[in-house]
Amino acid sequence: MANHQLNPNNWIDLYSDYLFNYTISRVNDREIAQDLVSETFLAGLKSMSNFKGEASERTWLISILKRKIIDYYRKINSNKGKAEVRMTYNSDTESEGDWLEERVADPFDMTAEDKMQNAELGDAIYGCLEKLPHKQAQVFKMKTILDYDTETICNELGITASNLWVLIHRARTALADCMEENWF
Amino acid sequence: MKKSFLFISCEEAKHICDKSQYGEATGWERIKLAIRLSWCRVTRAYSNRNNKLTDVVKNAEIECLKNDERKKIKQQFEQELMKHQ
Repeated sequence: MANHQLNPNNWIDLYSDYLFNYTISRVNDREIAQDLVSETFLAGLKSMSNFKGEASERTWLISILKRKIIDYYRKINSNKGKAEVRMTYNSDTESEGDWLEERVADPFDMTAEDKMQNAELGDAIYGCLEKLPHKQAQVFKMKTILDYDTETICNELGITASNLWVLIHRARTALADCMEENWF
Repeated sequence: MKKSFLFISCEEAKHICDKSQYGEATGWERIKLAIRLSWCRVTRAYSNRNNKLTDVVKNAEIECLKNDERKKIKQQFEQELMKHQ
């Protein structure tokens, strides 16, 4: 049986983005997602003694995060429920019947299946990103996911533009190889 | 016209291809890349894979923390971590 070890010194660098992506796709709010990720790391630290080493560090942290997300929804559930009840649909008699048309499913809405596939795809990408050297992954995320311009990244990381493009090239090549193995 | 004006190396073509994924290749660079793509199988294979990666990442709609957001989480965490060590 695999005996995994916990190394909290690396948690933020290794897992914060993965946990954040996991959370934001479920709560749709950047600040709440940050809070939940932060709480997850702190809860992980407190319950380190409960870690049996059977799951990987990431899986263990995700299991804590899942509970945090459920707790979050439980906490807001009463308010959410009230909001749903209060949402009376046009009491106005003139527009009677319109509700049916308004409630027809939007064909451009994402289906649950699409969302699930996106989540799996996101997991696969993050799985590949974790295998890259830290700097390559960092530059790739800033450029591709956060959409920062070249100058901003260079200033923030203290690198030249040509250095940035070398890192991007290496990251893209390694990611394409990895995704080819796991997804394409 | 100098040959190097239009004909670029495979490495340069890959570099332009990377830049064009982010809309940062100039019009002239894109022309040079298109010429190279018309006859070089290696560049074409690289370009196809590169475009596919861009589409996949875009479709996944993944998110990550901004540096200042990560720093904030890290600071809070490190304070707690010090208490545990």
